[in-house]
Amino acid sequence: MRCKAALWATALAGALTSAPAVAQTEIQWWHSMGGALGEWVNDLARQFNESQRDYRIVPTFKGSYDEAMTAAVAAFRAGNAPHVLQVFEVGTATMMSAKGAIKPVADVMKEAGQPFDVTAYVPAVAGYYAAADGRLLSFPFNSSTTVFHYNKDAFKAAGLDPAQPPRSWPEVALAAAKLKAAGHKCPFTTSWISWTQLESFSTWHNTEFATLRNGFGGTAARLSFNSPLHVRHFENLANMAKQGLFVYKGRGNAADATFVSGECAMMTGSSGLYGNIKRNAKFSAGIGTLPYYPDVPGAPQNTVIGGASLWVMAGKKPQEYQGVARFFAFLSRPEVAAASHQRTGYLPVTTAAFQLTEKAGFYAQNPGTDVAVAQMIRKTTDKSRGIRLGNFAQIRTILDEETEQLWAGRKSAKEALDSAVKRGNEQLQRFEQANRR
Amino acid sequence: MEKRVRFRSRWLPWALIAPQMAVVLVFFFWPAAQALYQSVLSQDAFGLSVEYVGAANFERLFADEGYLQSFKTTALFSLLVAVCGLAFALLLAVLADRVVRGAAVYKTLLIWPYAVAPAVAGVLWMFLFAPSIGVVSHALGQLGIQWNHLLDAGDAMALIVIAAVWKQISYNFLFFLAGLQSIPRSLIEAAAIDGARPWRRFWTIVFPLLSPTTFFLLVINVVYAFFDTFAIVDAATQGGPGKDTAILVYKLYHDGFKAMDMGGSAAQSVILMLIVVVLTVLQFRYVERRVQY
Repeated sequence: MRCKAALWATALAGALTSAPAVAQTEIQWWHSMGGALGEWVNDLARQFNESQRDYRIVPTFKGSYDEAMTAAVAAFRAGNAPHVLQVFEVGTATMMSAKGAIKPVADVMKEAGQPFDVTAYVPAVAGYYAAADGRLLSFPFNSSTTVFHYNKDAFKAAGLDPAQPPRSWPEVALAAAKLKAAGHKCPFTTSWISWTQLESFSTWHNTEFATLRNGFGGTAARLSFNSPLHVRHFENLANMAKQGLFVYKGRGNAADATFVSGECAMMTGSSGLYGNIKRNAKFSAGIGTLPYYPDVPGAPQNTVIGGASLWVMAGKKPQEYQGVARFFAFLSRPEVAAASHQRTGYLPVTTAAFQLTEKAGFYAQNPGTDVAVAQMIRKTTDKSRGIRLGNFAQIRTILDEETEQLWAGRKSAKEALDSAVKRGNEQLQRFEQANRR
Repeated sequence: MEKRVRFRSRWLPWALIAPQMAVVLVFFFWPAAQALYQSVLSQDAFGLSVEYVGAANFERLFADEGYLQSFKTTALFSLLVAVCGLAFALLLAVLADRVVRGAAVYKTLLIWPYAVAPAVAGVLWMFLFAPSIGVVSHALGQLGIQWNHLLDAGDAMALIVIAAVWKQISYNFLFFLAGLQSIPRSLIEAAAIDGARPWRRFWTIVFPLLSPTTFFLLVINVVYAFFDTFAIVDAATQGGPGKDTAILVYKLYHDGFKAMDMGGSAAQSVILMLIVVVLTVLQFRYVERRVQY
C-alpha cells in the first residue's frame, strides 16, 4: 500500500517537473479601449505574449474611462485590483494622491532592473505624468491632444480654400458664416467643451486655467478660468451660437459623430479621432491647429494633453512587477510605439517613435497627422504644462452645466464662468480636505 | 370568517419568514447601515484616508443651490412618471382586456419593454429624439416644432419622462390586466343590464375594484421614479441642459460612481431613503384610506 503511494508520489512529481519549466505569470490589464482601439490593445498584448514565455498580459475591456476607474477602485477596496489600469487624464490627480494604492512606474522599472530613461519620452507627455521630483508615476500610453478638424469638400462648396484651415478664431467665424451662407446647418461644433475650449484654450494662449501652475504645485490650487480673455472667448462662442455659426451637439464626444457624418463642417476635438474619420467619413477631411486669438501675447503656446496612461497598482508580487516592467519596456520600443501612433492618431510617446514615423515618411503621406505632434512637442511653460486637478470629473460636469446655460441664452459668458469657478473651487477645497495627510 | 391564519407552533412562522428576513437584512439593512456610516465620513476614492466629518457632507449638500433645485426637478419628474405611467398603462390594459382576437400578441408586445435595460431604453429614446439624426425630432421639425433637448429644459424633461414611462408601462400593464381580469363579469353584466354606459361602468365598478392594484402600483412607481431611473437620465440627457434633468438619484449616481465622492454620495442616498420612507408612509396614511380591499 505504502509502496503504491510512493509510486504515485514520484509519478506526480515527475509530471510536475516535466511540465513547462515555470508556469506563466499572468498580468491583468484593465482598459477602456473599445472598437478599433480594442483590437489595437489586444494586438499589443498578443505581440508581447508571443515575444516571450514567462509572462502573459491579459487585457480586459472594463467600459468607459470612468467606469473602468470605478471598477478598479471597487476591486482595490476588495483586494482584487488589476496589475495595470488605464486611467484617463482627468483621473490623474486622484491616482497621484492615492499613494498607498499605486506603485510609481519609475520604481517598478528600477526594481525590475529595466533600463528606463525619462528623457526618451516626449517631454510634454512625460511631464504630465511625472511627480514634482521628475519621477514618472504612470506610463504614458495613449496621449491625445485637441486639434481642428474640417471638411474639405464643404470648404470647396462654400468657396473656401480647402488647403487653408482657419488659423484664428476671427477666421473661424468668417469661415462659418460662409459655410452657413452656402447652406450648411452646422458650420462649427466642438467635442469636450472643457477640454477644447477652456483647458487647451488656456495653455494655447499661455494663460492660467488654475493657480499653482494649474494644480502641478499642489492641492491648494484654485480655478482662474474667468479671466477677461476667457470671458471674451465665450462671448464670441455664444454670439456664434446665436447666429447659428456654432451649434452645440452635447456633452463629451457627442459632437464627433456629427462631424464624421458630414453634418458639421468644422470642429475642435481629439487628435485620436483621426482613425475614425479616415475609416468612416465619406468626404475628404483635413486637420488644422487649434484656433487662437492673434492679439494675445505668447499665443499659440502648446495644447494640453488628453487621453490616458497606465497605472501600476500596489500590493502585487515582485515576480508580477517584473512582468509589468517587461511589458512597459516592450511598449516603449521605438517600432512598437511608432506603429501604435500611426495606427491610432494618438501621440507618439517617445521621441524615437516620432523620429521613426517621420523618417518613414508617414507625416508626408498623411498630411495633418503631424499637427497634434507639432502642437505638443513645443516647449511648455508653467502655465501650459498641463492641468492636474482633483475632482476634475466633477469640475468638467460643472462646466458642461454652466456653458449649456450660456448656449441656451440663460446666462451671460461672465456669469457662467464666474459660477463655474465658484462651484469648481468648492470641489477643489473638498479634494484638498479629503487628501490632507 | 376568520381572515388571519393561526399557527399553533411558536417557531414555525419565524422559520417561514427567516429566509426572507435574511435577504432583507443582508441586501437592505446592511447596505443602508453602511450608507449611514459612510455619510459621516470624508474619504478619498481608494478609501486610504478616512476621516470622521460629522454632518459636514449634509451641510455641504444643503448649501448647494443645485441640490435644492434637484428636489423640485425630482418632484416634477416622479409626479409625471407616476401619473402618466399609471394612466397610460390602465388605458392599454382596458383596451387589451376587451380584445378578443390576437390578445396574446398584444399582451406580449406590451410586456416587451420591461425586458429592456434602463440604459438601453435611455439610449433608444435619445436616438429617436436626437436633434440632428432622430426620427421623431425630424418628424416634429416637419410639423414646425423645433425639438432640442440638448438646450431646451422642457424637451429634456419630456424625453426622460417618456423613456421612464415607456420602460415601466409593461409592469403597470401586467398588474392592471390581472386586476381587470379578476373583476367578476357578473357585476359588469348586471350594471349593463341596468342600463349603465361603459364609461359609467368603468368609473363606478371597475375603477374602485382596481383601487388596491392602483395603490400598489402608485407606491411602486414612485419608488421606481426615485431610485431606478438614473441610467435613463445618464444615457439620455446626463442631467442637462444645465442641471434641469439632474434628479436626485442621478446626482447620487454621478457623484458616487463617476466622481467617486463616497461621503457626499452616501449622504445623498440617506436623504433619498428618508424621502421615500416619508412618501410611502404618507401614501399609506392618506391614499390607502380610499382603497377598498
